Order: sequence, then structure tokens, then C-alpha cells
Amino acid sequence: MLTVAAPQPLAAPSAASRRAAAVPLETQRAVEQFLYRQAELLDTKQWQGFIDLFAPDGIYWAPAHPAQVTGDGEPSIFFEDRDLMAIRMKRILHPRAWSQKTEWLTNHVVSNVIVEDHDAASGAVTCRSRFHLMEFRRDAVRHFGGSYVHRLVKADGDYRITLQRVDMVNGEGTYEYVLQAWV
Amino acid sequence: MTRYSLKDIGGMVEPDRVHRSVYTDPELFELEMERIFNKVWTYVGHESQVKKPGDYWTVMIGRQPMIMIRHDDGNIYVLYNRCPHRGNLLIGQRSGNAEKSITCSYHAWQFHFDGTSKAIPIAKGYEGTRLDLESPACAIKRAPRVDSYRGFVFASLADHGPSLLEWLGPSRIAFDQMCDRAPDGEVEVVPTCFRILQKSNWKFFLENQLDVAHAVITHESAGRAAAEMEEEVRRRDGSAPIDYHFLSGFTLPLGAFDKMTTINYPSGHSVLEGYMSLRPQDPISLDYEGIMQQKYGEARTNQILDTNIHHVICYPVLSIQPPLQQLRAIRPLAVDQTLTELWHFRLKGAPEPIYRRALGYFNLVNSPSTMVNADDLWNFRKQHEGLSSDGGEWVSLHRYAGQDEELPGSVRTRIGTSEAPLRNYFRAWAGYMAVGN
Repeated sequence: MLTVAAPQPLAAPSAASRRAAAVPLETQRAVEQFLYRQAELLDTKQWQGFIDLFAPDGIYWAPAHPAQVTGDGEPSIFFEDRDLMAIRMKRILHPRAWSQKTEWLTNHVVSNVIVEDHDAASGAVTCRSRFHLMEFRRDAVRHFGGSYVHRLVKADGDYRITLQRVDMVNGEGTYEYVLQAWV
Repeated sequence: MTRYSLKDIGGMVEPDRVHRSVYTDPELFELEMERIFNKVWTYVGHESQVKKPGDYWTVMIGRQPMIMIRHDDGNIYVLYNRCPHRGNLLIGQRSGNAEKSITCSYHAWQFHFDGTSKAIPIAKGYEGTRLDLESPACAIKRAPRVDSYRGFVFASLADHGPSLLEWLGPSRIAFDQMCDRAPDGEVEVVPTCFRILQKSNWKFFLENQLDVAHAVITHESAGRAAAEMEEEVRRRDGSAPIDYHFLSGFTLPLGAFDKMTTINYPSGHSVLEGYMSLRPQDPISLDYEGIMQQKYGEARTNQILDTNIHHVICYPVLSIQPPLQQLRAIRPLAVDQTLTELWHFRLKGAPEPIYRRALGYFNLVNSPSTMVNADDLWNFRKQHEGLSSDGGEWVSLHRYAGQDEELPGSVRTRIGTSEAPLRNYFRAWAGYMAVGN
């Protein structure tokens, strides 16, 4: 079962620093580079490249509420496997995706990367981070901010996402227009 | 006072076209608030949103901030969200439980969940003043009328007018169909409400719900993308998720949409029949049908499940899709701003996989990441901006005008892509707007 809770407050700074210290620097750096690359793929609209970051059974999930621990059987803002992601990509790239006629651009900044779990044997990692997304579309700017949790596995020497959880702090607010691509 | 006479407003609506100002004029919007939204029954919420005493949801009726709340006696009240003392909003959250009482944060005036006064601290300061603490002036004002139909709660700000049952009229089929499809005869709300703000007049949204002709054009991209993947997944796995069809249905030839029917009533309410085949014969559906037959018997089950309604409009406040348990409530905020609240429901007594279909539709079509409404909302926005221009005065509603079947008490389309529902909405609109009290 694909479940992951929203990031919980860390117990105390000392506990956090102990955990962080247990992660090798190369792992920390590799995870950060992976997250930056994912953000870059979104901002440069390399949709297939984005999808390919996911493992074959990988899920991209933005819950409707922070308290959710699964999108399976519960409403979500996004709950997509690679096939649904492919539909989203194909729609965006279709020549008559009318809402795409208006140029829109995004800027993602990812930061505060904390490796929470690290399995030295398999290389699997669970990490949390914070993001800020600024979108510009037809003279208007929108902002979304929040946290990511990534569950990563190692495949062919690189990370693949088995589950990405996206919690937007303004996710429960009113949407002026919709989200056409991933956050 | 408005500069528009009843005759002026009547002249904006012709049988086959309307004047653009009905969408864009802020003064007409104010009149709509007064003459339509302050009079009709507005959908407030579902009883299952407020299960325990003190449970509440806040909601707008026209311009009025209201609270739907469950009282200790089990009844649901709809109250103005305003303290009778100095006028504060009493509840600032969207939903929650008021615990012991509704308490104002300013001077702690406290109220029972039916709005009556419970306690007023420092009450002795009112001795010898004109304020009688026992009078209704110290209670929260209630919506003049509240009623519910099969668990769906409505309120009206008018103290007289048709009863809820009369007002719903033939649109009751939306709630009957939704509840009858539940083996237990009722539905339960899934308490996630997605809210989308449209920068356009509320009528565009309502029109689009029954504009059968737009689907293959506006949603071509979503339809093609889903159809491609449906095919690919079917080749790979033998079958594709049923949800994909909610999108790939848009690739049907236009002729298929012409085979649908809309039934349009003088109240503005409309029913769209026969879009997708909603009685699939897969093992999940057959299991569900078996449960239905145990509860209702075979004949009644067939009657319920063969009713192929795609959409019902309760003009002008609701759009409901009974077979998929979806409900969209419309809250006009300004002439060019409309909030839609999107809900879905669980059929009580139905197996979990049946709920998954409603959920699939909710996630794919009604969530903030919708691949469908992305193109609709873009149309609404451009329609509003286009009609704000001086490039033309009239909006065409001519498609198959004069070619629908006029029956006693309803207009039935012969061709699905007829703009009959739109013509009918405006007849109802003029009925509210251009007729004196």
C-alpha cells in the first residue's frame, strides 16, 4: 500500500541534526541534485523527462488534505501513475489544447532538503524538502508553496521516484483557474 | 434604483438571442442578486456534512454569509453569520464544530445552535436601555426558509414563494436518481470540497454544462490524449481503467452527441439524457446490480439503473450528475466572478469499487488539476472578455431554434446539439428579472 504521511515536525533540532549527520554527504548531495533536476524539467517543460524520473509503478500524489496518508480511495488534487501522467502530457502537447495557446511559465525553487531515511544497502532514500512555485500566465502571477516528500529507489545508478507527495500550503484554498501541469 | 425598466430587461432576451449586457453589466448583476438569488432555493449543503450537534459549514447565499449548523434537537438551521450585537461574523472558519455554543469573539455573546440567545456577559449594562435581551434582536437571524430533499439542504432568503418541492419540480430526479442508486436509498457526502474561481459571469458555467456541441471541440486534446492511452494500456494489460473513458468519451463523433436529448422546463431546470453508457456489465457492476436487486427487486432495479441521465440543472444554482454522484454548486460573487464548489457522494450500501468510479470522475474532471475544465474555464474567461467588447451586441442561441419538440410543460430537443437549454435558461431568467412583483 502506497502510504506516506505529511512531514511531521521534527522532534528537536538535536535529533534532526543527529539524523542528518548519519547521511553521507554524497547521498545528501545526490538527492539534492535529483530534486533540482526534477524542478528544472518542470520549468523547461520537459514533460517526458519528468515522467521518466518515476519508477514504473511510481505515483505522483498531491493530497486534498494534509491529514491524508494515502490517495488510494480518497480524493486528491493529483493521484497519477505513469499512464495518467502520459495522458496529462499528451493533452498539454496536443495542437488543439486551447488553454495552452496562452504562454505560461513557471519557476520552481526547491530547498530545505532533509534526508529522513537512508538504506545504505539498497540506496533507497526518503527525503523531504520545501518548494516555491511561481507561475506566470497571461499577465497574472500565481504562487504555490509547500513541501515535497520523495521516496526514491536506486535503479541503474540513478534515483527513481516510487512516491512523490506534494502538500501545498494553499492547496485547500480557492483555485483561480486550475493546475494544468505538475506542481 | 435601477435605470432599467422591466421592459428594458425583457427586451434583452429574445427567443433565439440575448443581449450581451446580461453577462457583463454590473447593474444587472445586482438585480440578479435581488430578483433571482435572494428568491430561489439555494443549495446549502448535505445533511451528512453536519452529523453532530454544533457541526457547521459556512456558505454564501447570494451576497449573504450563512452558517448551516446542526442543533441539539437534531434539526439543521441556516443562520446569518452575523452577531446581533455589533455585527461581527460569528464563524470565521469554513467548517468545524462550535462545541458548546456559537460564541462571538468580540464580546462573547453566546448562542444556541438554532440561533437563539444563550448568554450575554455583562448583561446588566443593558438595564434601562431600549435593548430587550429576550427579544429576537438578540438572536441570530435565521434564513426565512430551510428545507431538505433526500438529505440535500436548501435555504431561501425569501419568506414566501414556492415550497422546495414545488421549486425543484422535475429536477427532483437528480436527487432521486442519486439516492435510488444507493442500495440503502441515501448518499453520504465525501467531505472534500474543491473550489474553483472563474473570472467570468455565472451564466457561462451553467450554459456550458448543457452545451452538448462544445465537448468534442473544447475537449479534443483531453479526449485524444486519453483515447491514445486507453488503447495503449488495453494492448499492454488487456483492459484500461474505466476512468479513462470519462475523458476519451470526448472523441465520439459529433453525431453521437446529436443523439442525446435535453428536456427543458419553464423553471430553467434541464435534464440531459444519454451521454455515456452508464450501466456497464463488468464484474464490479454486476456485483452491485445483485445487491440492488436484493434491496429493490429486479424490476425496480432495472428502472433505476436504466435511467440514463448525465446532467441535471437546478436553475440557477446547481449542476448534478446522478450516475457519477457529482454536484457542482454555483456561487456568483460579482458580474465577472463565479465560485463553483465541487462535491461528490458515496452511495450507501454500494460496494467500494462503485465509489471508486465517482472518485475517479471527481479526481479527473472536478479536481483543481482537471484536464477537462482547464479548457472550459479558458473559454468562459475569453467569452466574458469578448462580450465586454463593442464588437457585437447580441449573442446567438439560434442552433436548432424552432425545431425542438414543444410539449405541455417542457421543451424536448430532437437534436442533442440544439441550444434549447440556453434559450430555456433565458426564458426563466426573464421570468425572474423582467416580471414585476
